[in-house]
Amino acid sequence: MADLVSHPDEVRVVSKRFGQGAADLDRYLAFDGYKAVQKALSLGFDGIIKEVKESNLRGRGGAGFPTGMKWSFVPKESAKPKYVLCNGDESEPGTCKDRLILEHDPHSVIEGVVIGGLSIKAKVGYIYIRGEYRYLVDIMRKAIADAYARGFLGKNIFGSGVDFDVYWHTGAGAYEVGEESALMESLEGKRGVPRIRPPFPAVVGLWGGPTIINNVETLASVPHIILGGGQWFAELGTPKNGGTRLFCLSGHVNRPGVYELPLGYNLRKMIDEVAGGVWKGHKLKAVTPGGSSTPVLTADEVDVGMDFDQLMKAGSMLGSGGVVVLDDQTCMVKYAQRIMMFYQHESCGWCIPCREGTDWLKKTLNRFHAGGGVKKDIDNIQYLAENMLGRTFCPLGDAAAMPTISIVKKFRKEFEDHLEGRPCPYEKGVVEQLPVLA
Amino acid sequence: MVVSEQLDAFFTEKMKDYPTQRSFLVPMLLYTQDELGYLSDEAIAYVAQKVNLDELEIRNVISYYSMLTTKPRGRYNVQVCRNICCMLRGSDEIGAHVKQRLGIAHKGTTADGMFSFEEVECIGACGWAPAMQVNYDFHENLTAGRVDEILDQYRSKSSL
Ligand SMILES: Cc1cc2nc3c(=O)[nH]c(=O)nc-3n(C[C@H](O)[C@H](O)[C@H](O)COP(=O)(O)O)c2cc1C
Ligand code: FES
Repeated sequence: MADLVSHPDEVRVVSKRFGQGAADLDRYLAFDGYKAVQKALSLGFDGIIKEVKESNLRGRGGAGFPTGMKWSFVPKESAKPKYVLCNGDESEPGTCKDRLILEHDPHSVIEGVVIGGLSIKAKVGYIYIRGEYRYLVDIMRKAIADAYARGFLGKNIFGSGVDFDVYWHTGAGAYEVGEESALMESLEGKRGVPRIRPPFPAVVGLWGGPTIINNVETLASVPHIILGGGQWFAELGTPKNGGTRLFCLSGHVNRPGVYELPLGYNLRKMIDEVAGGVWKGHKLKAVTPGGSSTPVLTADEVDVGMDFDQLMKAGSMLGSGGVVVLDDQTCMVKYAQRIMMFYQHESCGWCIPCREGTDWLKKTLNRFHAGGGVKKDIDNIQYLAENMLGRTFCPLGDAAAMPTISIVKKFRKEFEDHLEGRPCPYEKGVVEQLPVLA
Repeated sequence: MVVSEQLDAFFTEKMKDYPTQRSFLVPMLLYTQDELGYLSDEAIAYVAQKVNLDELEIRNVISYYSMLTTKPRGRYNVQVCRNICCMLRGSDEIGAHVKQRLGIAHKGTTADGMFSFEEVECIGACGWAPAMQVNYDFHENLTAGRVDEILDQYRSKSSL
């Protein structure tokens, strides 16, 4: 399976049990396993939320919402059952980290789910894993069964008088289902069409009950926070950006892979030192810093600390931690085209700006890259994408628009180089057969 | 019954993990497909009865999820990722190579029913690109030569 890599700058918190056989419950127990849940039981719900707030943990799924705050929005009393939902749909291109957590440390995810549940007084949690990750579903099924067998899940966990159940679930191929409200629809056995908000899931979620939804890595961080203390975790990162992150380095680098680095780590250093620099001695052209939906940065913009706020200031986003590196031989039009093909394919078709917008953009970019572009297409691409921003039912439309806008703005010349029927100036060999506009 | 008794019993048991009958529907469809190869009319009727919904509603759900299919496929479904990280490291060539080796196009199946081919979106192997899945097995850091070896392994596996 996926090879593990390492670098001296890594700070191993979430990945500390990787490669240690901790999917096995006894091994996990030898590495402080299930101690955090016991501590959380003694802290009580207010105590848990206090630690998580203090840790400055922010969601690792994409939006970076403060986790402790999200949990505190759940009403204390509810007529309907409350739920925890772990989002293991991991499908944002460039992201391949939850996979490692689920493979190497599944019990930490279970523990995170239970602790999250204790903080909102829920009794049930679901772990949703994307359908393609069948081997991880099997690992998780075993981990859950093992935890039940020891009495760590089920009735009266650790003699506390508290009951808590954790169940596994799997998808069947759909990026959109990673969006939290679509995720709930899918778990309820439906098409993954998003729900209107408000009400937010913290108030009305799964089967109408208050629900907290968190990414795998977010939840896997929680046991460490409970054991090490919120303040310790916060200090690993930068102000308001607590802890470390699993950065997925991919694309044109010498040593791609998943590395755990403190939040705020310099992006240039990440590329040059951690990932071993741009491959084949080529120069850097651009970086997608947080998964395919985030605006690209040019080679001049990579002196930035990788945390949510610094990247926001730099005009991009930390997103899901997928750092995609592009060398100077890459065609940015093709890159934009490929990204749009993906979002068009994944749009659920529910709302018009997303369904029509991604389709028009895909067709235009396909034609453009094939040499059939006309000058006004360039402005049209930008105009269309800008008009999708904030106008779609769920953020999938934004995810499609943001990288597109950034590529047109920052690499306009590459679009111009494709005009007048010229073949792609960067492409060697592969010629696409696509309709050219008369 | 359309599916094995074992699978049916597994569904019955697993459905208890949820407050509504239809909640386990999506995994149920996938596991049914795994056993039968595809979601036939009979399979859809079985699932509909199992979760107490109309067949149309089941078809509605099937059409949303890209892994679910109502058409038979090859015994080994070769799914080459075409998304950005894989593209940057040569997935176009890998995809073309597989197509040429198997003599089939996107979503095609070989005449002997052994292989199908599909270009898919990101499979979560971005750091080990280019990558593909054959059924549920991941194959990463691919080269044309590696692809040949892998396909040969599946071919000889099925002749055992
Ligand atoms: C189109 C779309 C796809 C998403 N996919 C995922 C995903 O695969 N995994 C994930 O954890 N979050 C995904 N998210 C973010 C979730 O909606 C949600 O914000 C997240 O799971 C919350 O967890 P966190 O606060 O721990 O990050 C996606 C969002 C959108 C709009
Ligand atoms: S882009 Fe191919 S696995 Fe992610």
